[in-house]
Amino acid sequence: METFLLDYLPILIFLGVAIAFSVVFVGAAWFLAEQHPDSEKVSAYESGFEAFTDSRGQFDVRFYLVAILFIIFDLEVAFLFPWAVSLGDLGMFGWWSMMIFLGVLTIGFVYEWKKGALEWE
Amino acid sequence: MVEWLAGLYGGTDAAWFFSIITWILVIVAPLLVGVAFAVYADRKIWAAMQLRRGPNVVGPFGLLQSFADGLKLFIKETIVPAGANKGIFILAPMLTFVLALIGWAVIPWGEGAVLADINVGIFYIFAISSLGVYGIIMAGWASNSRYAFLGGLRSAAQMVSYEVSMGFVLVTVISYAGSPSLSELVHMQSGGIWNWNFLWFFPMFVIFLISAMAETNRPPFDLPEAEAELVAGYQVEYSSMAFALFWLGEYGNILLMCALSSVLFFGGWYAPIPALDFIPGPLWMIAKICFFFFIFAWVKATVPRYRYDQLMRLGWKVFLPVSLAAVVFYTGWGVAFGYIGK
Repeated sequence: METFLLDYLPILIFLGVAIAFSVVFVGAAWFLAEQHPDSEKVSAYESGFEAFTDSRGQFDVRFYLVAILFIIFDLEVAFLFPWAVSLGDLGMFGWWSMMIFLGVLTIGFVYEWKKGALEWE
Repeated sequence: MVEWLAGLYGGTDAAWFFSIITWILVIVAPLLVGVAFAVYADRKIWAAMQLRRGPNVVGPFGLLQSFADGLKLFIKETIVPAGANKGIFILAPMLTFVLALIGWAVIPWGEGAVLADINVGIFYIFAISSLGVYGIIMAGWASNSRYAFLGGLRSAAQMVSYEVSMGFVLVTVISYAGSPSLSELVHMQSGGIWNWNFLWFFPMFVIFLISAMAETNRPPFDLPEAEAELVAGYQVEYSSMAFALFWLGEYGNILLMCALSSVLFFGGWYAPIPALDFIPGPLWMIAKICFFFFIFAWVKATVPRYRYDQLMRLGWKVFLPVSLAAVVFYTGWGVAFGYIGK
């Protein structure tokens, strides 16, 4: 195996150990504790009322908007990571190139701010 | 460290594997005990600031309170609501717990004392903490309860909002380090407290600390479980060990953020003055994690909860522009005056 991938093998083993821990915790509690489910106990908690409708109904569209904005800016951050690491080699030219990219994104950001996409009343 | 352990076991591939397992348990076992004491410390600090006693019955000074709570949760019935998606419902707390654990794989405890010294450590932690949102949104969806659903939605939006500014902070710091490896980030801060990053990146340090609180749903940003409106948010339908895993995961993440803060801004395993370097690195790391955890508990005790629109305003209209401007300023300054790339 390449040594580069060998660095990641401990993380894979760690993932296995962590999954084992969580399965043991939940599984042991499941088998050791007495289980007496009844219809009141397994109904959804709604402050004592019967649930009127299914809970997965409409919700505010602004949550979608936040998710979309997040994708744009998180991609931007993902672009910035390799740039930041190699900035020492890129020098002034590399810095100005990224500033043009950031400038374009800032225009978009100002536009969505003015449009009220960031308002939560 | 791993090589040393492998040599102890005989130097074969199997020995290497067992040394990795040992090393993992050396991280996980103190971490789980540490989480139990962190919960206790949290309650005790909180109580002290409100002139109460806090937990003081189980064990001396109530030290065993968290273990008693854990044991109680362990023997409780695991309730799965009838309307829930049962598989996802059980998977969600396990995912949260697993992600809170595996982030620790790349935290350096001393010179070379790191489980996986990957060269993109900071990127790995960023990715793992991003995945944390899945556990919460899965719990909120699978519970099929209105409180859990609203709590999960709020939490997802909150976590992604603050992740962006956190990313910009990381970009600024690694541009000066010239490497996304956590060990390199610590090396960059060698030589005493005046070389630590929090002095030179103070605005970024403040943004990072506040974003870390928002990211881990700590007060004053504990909107997802705002008990007055949402009872307990996404955890409302959980009981027994499934609930405890959420708990462990949450505090594991808080401690991870404390460790990350000390690696990024507080010189990692280095002593504040070089004369104190004879004290082992892991002890300094633990001391710094405790320091940051105290700040987290202090903020929880003193600051009232944010309203949701204030929270989103702070994330998108304050932190995002400020951290973006800071990226431009710091990298421009570094390139122009030759601090980056020496």
